[in-house]
Order: sequence, then C-alpha cells, then structure tokens
Amino acid sequence: MSSALDVLTILSVSTGAFFFLAGTVGLLRFPDALSRLHALTKADNLGLGLVVLGLLFQAEGFPVALKLVGVWLLALLAGATVTQLIAHIARMRGSTM
Amino acid sequence: MAFDIGLVTLVLGVAAWTIGARETFAAVVGFVAYGLLLALVWVRLAAPDVAMTEAALGSGLTGGLLLGASTRLARTDGPAAIEKPSAIMRLAAAVLCTLVSAGLAALVLLMLEPAPTLAPRAMANIAATGLSNPVTAVLMAYRAIDTLLETVVLLLALVGVWSLARDRVWGGLPGPYHRADPHGLLTFTAQILVPIGILIGIYIFWVGSVAPGGEFQGATVLAAMWIIASMAGLVDAPPVTRRWLRLALIAGPALFFAIGLAGFAIAGGFLAYPESHAKLLILMIEVPVTLSIATTLALLVAGPPERAPAR
Repeated sequence: MSSALDVLTILSVSTGAFFFLAGTVGLLRFPDALSRLHALTKADNLGLGLVVLGLLFQAEGFPVALKLVGVWLLALLAGATVTQLIAHIARMRGSTM
Repeated sequence: MAFDIGLVTLVLGVAAWTIGARETFAAVVGFVAYGLLLALVWVRLAAPDVAMTEAALGSGLTGGLLLGASTRLARTDGPAAIEKPSAIMRLAAAVLCTLVSAGLAALVLLMLEPAPTLAPRAMANIAATGLSNPVTAVLMAYRAIDTLLETVVLLLALVGVWSLARDRVWGGLPGPYHRADPHGLLTFTAQILVPIGILIGIYIFWVGSVAPGGEFQGATVLAAMWIIASMAGLVDAPPVTRRWLRLALIAGPALFFAIGLAGFAIAGGFLAYPESHAKLLILMIEVPVTLSIATTLALLVAGPPERAPAR
C-alpha cells in the first residue's frame, strides 16, 4: 500500500516539477510581460498544486494535509492578485517591459 | 549534497547580482529573493526558527522597507548611476571587502571541532521555563535581556523614522494615503487574506512555546496584514500623536521591563522568573510584546508622518 502511495507521490511531484520547468522556460523565452505572466501562473497554480497533491499522499494525519492545501490556496490567491496587479501596470505603460 | 551545492551557488549568484544591479528597484527585488533563499539555507541547517525569522523579517519586512526607500529614491536613480566613485575609494572598498571575507573564511576554517555549544545545558534546564521550544526558552528566559533590548531598539528605529517628518505635518498621519478601487482586486484580496493572516500570525506566536515560531515572526505576519489592509484603502493609520497608539507601542517593552524588575522581589534577580509561574509570566510578557512589535513594524513600513492631522 505504502509503495503504491510512493509511486503516486513521485508521479505527481515530478509532473509538478515539469510545470515549474515549463513555466520558467516560458518566463525566459516569451516576448512580452503578459505572456510571461501567463507562463508564470501555470508554474504557481498547477506546479505547486501537483507538488502539494503528491505530498498529501505522505502527510501524517489530517491537520498536516489541511495545512498543505492551505499553503496552496494562499499561493493561488497571492499569485492571482500579484499577476493581475503587474498586468495592470504593464498595460498602462503599454510597453513590453 | 547536490541540492546544497545548488542552493549555495544560487545564493551566491543572487547576492552577486543584487550587488551588481545598477537600478535600486532591481537590487531590492534581488535582496528579497536572496532572503528567501537564505531561509532555505537555514532550513537545511536544521534551524527552522531562524528560517522563519529570515523569511518574515529579513526578506519580507526589510524588503518592504527597502521598496519604500527605493520608491522615494527613484528620482535620484539617474544621477546616481552616472556618478563614479574615485579610484582610491574603489580600492579602499575592495581591500575592506577582501579583509572581511578573508576573516570570515578564516573563522570558518579554524573553527573548533566539535564547536563549543551550550545546547546540552539549555536542554537540561528547559523544564524550569515551562516551555518546550529551546529557541523560545533562550529568547524569553536564558537571554531575555537581549530580547528586551531588541524591542527597545525597534522603538528607537521608529522614533528615528518619525523624526524625519516635516514640522507642519508633525502629529499627522504616517505615509501616503492609498486610494484603491473598493470593488477592485486588491480590496477583494485584502478582505479574504487579512482575516486568515491574522489567524496565522496569532498561531505562529502561540505555537512558539512548543514549536518553531514566536512573537517576532507572528508580529511580522500581523504587521503585514495591516500593511495589506492599508494598501487596499480599508484602514488608514491613526495620527502618530494618538495616546492609544503610543500605549500600544510601549506596552510590550514596558511590561517586559516591569516583570523583569519584579524578578528582583519574586525570584532574586533581574528578569528571573519563579519556577512555578515561569510560563505564565513569559506569556504575560509575550502577548503585549507581540502587539508592540506588530504596531512598530507596521508603522516603520508606513513611514514618517506626511499628512497634516484633520482639524
């Protein structure tokens, strides 16, 4: 049973890491601020979400699992807000930053 | 091992980039990233208390202060970039930096093996404090005087910031007024985040007696929540002359000092606690200290009074 959970963890965390890698490549390669933000949010939302999902299989007890999900939700809220604020400034300046 | 080498390389890279950055704003962003990476280093060194303090105060709050400073300095960025220090100045800086680095390297290389430690004695006497987190026992019992002085230093820093106010706005409201769209995103986020953040701040403070956490980290989270709420225009700072504000600022250090003095009568020394009531007394100090630190930090970020008080 525990080895099956380990496999799920490895799969999920690896997929999460892939999204972080893809997000970073996008951040470095995309031509303008808005598409770079788009790449970054995928890493934050999906990447971190999958890492948290993977760690949930290893969590000792419900409170730890709840804290992990809480971390993800807070990162989602902060990420979405900051992205919108930066995008707003980028649009007002009308430049590619 | 590979992870640690990667981490150290990253920390050194970000540090070099931060020093090399010519633009103040970019340097501040580098500094914040550097602080977060440093927090990871502390985690790797099995020092989660230091890691939390570094992330909250060293990176987060100091980053906020520096961002404010860089905004104020934005106009001087251009002239500062053109200015080149003289050859002698640059040589002196290089020599001094090399000396400091060499000294640090020598210290690390010549360090005793095993390093001298007070940890066994700290653990042997921890039961007397009623705490089970040794770091909090050091901060609140063994070396309580250091913590008392730290709270006073924070107050002095705030007095220094306030003294920068112009005469005509003295007694006024600190910092600029933040106008935000009441139906906008920042207000929405603040309304969701601030209640959760206050809960997390109190939790971090409360859990400090048994697990990594404590009043400085908790107070920083509380101060950050106030800053977010004020940026979203939900709250405004009170005039700096308000009596209750001044009381909130000095409550922590004052009570700390009073209980420390009472130690002469009840336990035979300054800042000594009688064993039977150690935990209660420590808690009685920690609650107002957390409040005072949070208020001081929030006002430090808000800055000196800039707006005349409403008549």
